Amino acid sequence: MESFKKIKSIVTPLDKVNVDTDQIVPKQFLKLIQRTGFGQFLFYDWRYEKDGILRKDFILNDPTYKNSRILLARDNFGCGSSREHAVWALDDFGFKVIISTSFADIFYNNCFKNGILPIRVSDEILQKLFSTKSEIEIDLEDQTIMVGNTHVSFDIEPHWKKILLEGLDDIAMTLQHESQITKYERSHKI
Amino acid sequence: MSKTLFEKIWDSHIVVDENGRSLLYVDRHLIHEVTSPQAFDGLRLNARKVRRPDLTFATMDHNVPTSDRSLPILDQTSSVQIKTLEKNCKEFGITLFDIHSPNQGIVHVIGPELGITLPGTTIVCGDSHTSTHGAFGSLAFGIGTSDVEHVLATQCIMMEKPKTFEIKIQGKRKNPHAVTAKDIILSIIRKIGTAGGTGTIIEYRGDTISELTMEQRMTICNMSIEAGARAGLIAPDEKTFQYLRGRKYTSDNYDELVNDWRENLKTDSGAKFDKSFTLSVENIAPQVSWGTNPAMTSDVTESVPFPDEYGKGNPEEVKGVTKALQYMDLKPGTPIVDIVIDRIFIGSCTNARLEDLMEAAKVVKGKKVSSKVRAMVVPGSQLVKKNAEEMGLDKIFKDAGFEWRESGCSMCLGMNPDILAAGERCASTSNRNFEGRQGTGGRTHLVSPVMAAAAAINGHFVDVRELDLK
Repeated sequence: MESFKKIKSIVTPLDKVNVDTDQIVPKQFLKLIQRTGFGQFLFYDWRYEKDGILRKDFILNDPTYKNSRILLARDNFGCGSSREHAVWALDDFGFKVIISTSFADIFYNNCFKNGILPIRVSDEILQKLFSTKSEIEIDLEDQTIMVGNTHVSFDIEPHWKKILLEGLDDIAMTLQHESQITKYERSHKI
Repeated sequence: MSKTLFEKIWDSHIVVDENGRSLLYVDRHLIHEVTSPQAFDGLRLNARKVRRPDLTFATMDHNVPTSDRSLPILDQTSSVQIKTLEKNCKEFGITLFDIHSPNQGIVHVIGPELGITLPGTTIVCGDSHTSTHGAFGSLAFGIGTSDVEHVLATQCIMMEKPKTFEIKIQGKRKNPHAVTAKDIILSIIRKIGTAGGTGTIIEYRGDTISELTMEQRMTICNMSIEAGARAGLIAPDEKTFQYLRGRKYTSDNYDELVNDWRENLKTDSGAKFDKSFTLSVENIAPQVSWGTNPAMTSDVTESVPFPDEYGKGNPEEVKGVTKALQYMDLKPGTPIVDIVIDRIFIGSCTNARLEDLMEAAKVVKGKKVSSKVRAMVVPGSQLVKKNAEEMGLDKIFKDAGFEWRESGCSMCLGMNPDILAAGERCASTSNRNFEGRQGTGGRTHLVSPVMAAAAAINGHFVDVRELDLK
């Protein structure tokens, strides 16, 4: 996994609560057996008309946000299905940070596993970010969001911070506990 | 110190505690064709093995056709995904219940049916409805594909400890055949919201719970994720032990295990939960969802809400409901019973077990599906299908004009050919009414099996409390 340190970009404001993973990637695209190439399917039913033409009224189709790497979302983002394809699609599309007031649990985990940083902020901060047109900077090491001249700090579990900063393989980390796993298996029978 | 049931299971599965997180041992890992191919690729890429193929079980359910199984699968991408699972299971030595197996079915239906699901165990699967297995007092939750790979390689999962959420369900329903487990869980989600359980593990308790059958308990735990909780638990009791006795994978020392479970698998008196909610079921009505998430639900006797009233001045909520009603093509103020239905789906890991089909068949028996409705029954597993056929339920449904299909997830998520056309309206016994869930542009109303059956006959919703269901 690539390591994550700082990101500077304008934000794409997706102004909708309870965005579920069925919207992020509709099911017809879950049949692929690779991890790559899902960006083209991101928010498919919202991004395209029936005939495959881009819908002008959907935020991701606005050229202003073409190079944005930060998605602003509202409450309970990523709810519903556990499909990691949703995160693969956001990543492949170019988003590396998602900021919201809250995320669904499985989606939140899936983000870190793919080098995406989900940041929880207060309502007040989110509102402020929704009205920002200029670039913001995320610094993971310092745990700060820089908006204009203002610093806003955010929380992150130390475990995930380390994994993102160092781009670690968490399976390799777990396998360092091989002897404890074996010991547990010997004593635990079901 | 007094502990909740969840804390007992959690503590007994800790392999290592590290920086506020725990490495938990996984007792059973269930896999299916959609969320596993990339995990197996990851193993190959890093020359890793499956640590415990003997604790890993696979089936194909999400994209399998529910039509004649002797015919080839026409959708090439589905076919590739199914063949990939076969190849991976063979390569890594994993037991697979394939499309022709008498044990094939929706992964959350076959787990309990085969005795793979056991009280006090930890169960994970790359599917959010893994919460279903919590009905047996197991800590069971959905994971993403990276975690599927992690569990395949290590038989463990690294997690931060969730909070605990007690949901007390109490009282007696006046008509338990008309007001079902589905109506109980929809009532709960409606009240606590789709994020009400985020970050928590729910334990369902109370006198109503002990009265429910195992299949009804599964319906409740199944939809915990629709309230945002990764898992829902119910303490095992004699019904649980009886249900699992003599199943295919139940171990030889079963009675010994039962003694231990009976003794230990319950929340101690005095144990504290982080959060609590109580639902009294005496006066709850059959539920019908009208929006695009499961909390957007009303009593069958109510009308489609007005966004301003429903949102109570919260602009985000008002906007959300307005958009949902637009998508659903519903006018505020329309009585729920006046909503006309095109399709009926009786199926899914929420409501496609034998009792669900038996209850629905009572409504259907001797009647005909409305001429404007296309209705289908998709049993949750091959075993459910076989048992239902032995009882003659297939004949009741077919005589009424229902399609009687092979088992799978089917139109719950529409990955196979069973989908809604754009604009079609469906009364569905499944769990998610998200936009496009059952087919792009399709409109889903979540209901119980008896409500779906009655809508099939009448062509619109009816209050099933008015029917004789005993």
